[in-house]
Amino acid sequence: MNRRTATLALAGSLAAAMTGFAERAALADDAQEKCFGVALKGQNDCAAGPGTTCAGTSTVDYQGNAWKLVPKGTCTTMELPGDRTGALAALDRDLPKS
Amino acid sequence: MTSWSGRSAFAGALADPDGPVPAGILRGSSEAAQSRFAVYRNNVASGLVGALASRFPVTAAIVGDAFFRAMASRFVDGCKPTSPLLMTWGDEFPAFMETLPAAAALAYLADVARLEVAVSAAYHAAEAPPLPVPALAGIEAAALAEARLVAHPAARLLRSPHPVGSIWSAHQPGGSPADVAFRAETVLVTRPGAEIRLSLLTPAEAAFAAALLASKPLGEAAALGVAADGCFDFGQSLVAAVAGGAFTAITLKGPDP
Repeated sequence: MNRRTATLALAGSLAAAMTGFAERAALADDAQEKCFGVALKGQNDCAAGPGTTCAGTSTVDYQGNAWKLVPKGTCTTMELPGDRTGALAALDRDLPKS
Repeated sequence: MTSWSGRSAFAGALADPDGPVPAGILRGSSEAAQSRFAVYRNNVASGLVGALASRFPVTAAIVGDAFFRAMASRFVDGCKPTSPLLMTWGDEFPAFMETLPAAAALAYLADVARLEVAVSAAYHAAEAPPLPVPALAGIEAAALAEARLVAHPAARLLRSPHPVGSIWSAHQPGGSPADVAFRAETVLVTRPGAEIRLSLLTPAEAAFAAALLASKPLGEAAALGVAADGCFDFGQSLVAAVAGGAFTAITLKGPDP
């Protein structure tokens, strides 16, 4: 393989892989969304706000500032106890007492 | 206790269970001082064992708490931290495990511990935004073979004759020991955001990734991949490594390191 064909092979291989990556990334983006106020305590995915660090650190059920990844489109419609609903932005209900 | 020699004598006394109480702290009877100092000494040793247990949770899960504490105590006896940052202490613990006849039956144990060293080092490595995959499209075809990538501070590559990545993953929440097939594994550890990510690499991908992390040009790295496996896929392997967060930037021209 001479230098020119080697260059073409690298570029072609990369271009094919980039196309595949873009398709998978689009699928992944569609699949899930961050949903606030739906995770049981200790089961949030990340970003539980002041007083906590990250995943698994929310301290009350349905903590409003903690989120969990859920299938896209289900966040605001899933059934929760009481009159709660999930939200795509942080909520100020069910916060840990400071 | 103001002089440095005083402090190091004090530290030495803490490390030596059979030694005397250091000069200058005697108060009351010498027996009372002796037993109180023994409590202090024990707290130091037990704190260090605890630090190892939090850095090597998978190792501890494999051997069980009693064995781990015994093994860690022996290590603590011979190797004290040289930095107050305990998260960086214990890099030599895996090599120490290999010297223990009692641990010899678990051939993979030290390499699992090496992976835990890599994971905790990656976790505490400097923050840096990973190179986004679409940035690869910005390299002109003619420049591709000579382009190099800059390794992310958290990126680590670990080769082992044992399935260390699968064993580690089996001990994470949701993992199962049934997932482990006993074969050699090369693991790429990255931390693209706040979370550690492990990728298992084929021998060809491992040769390729090792060359890239050592800032070899893409063309040279690809040749190493092809040499390891004629079916090596340059594009897929490059995109996978970049998507995993192993790199921060592309350098198009630079001196050979």
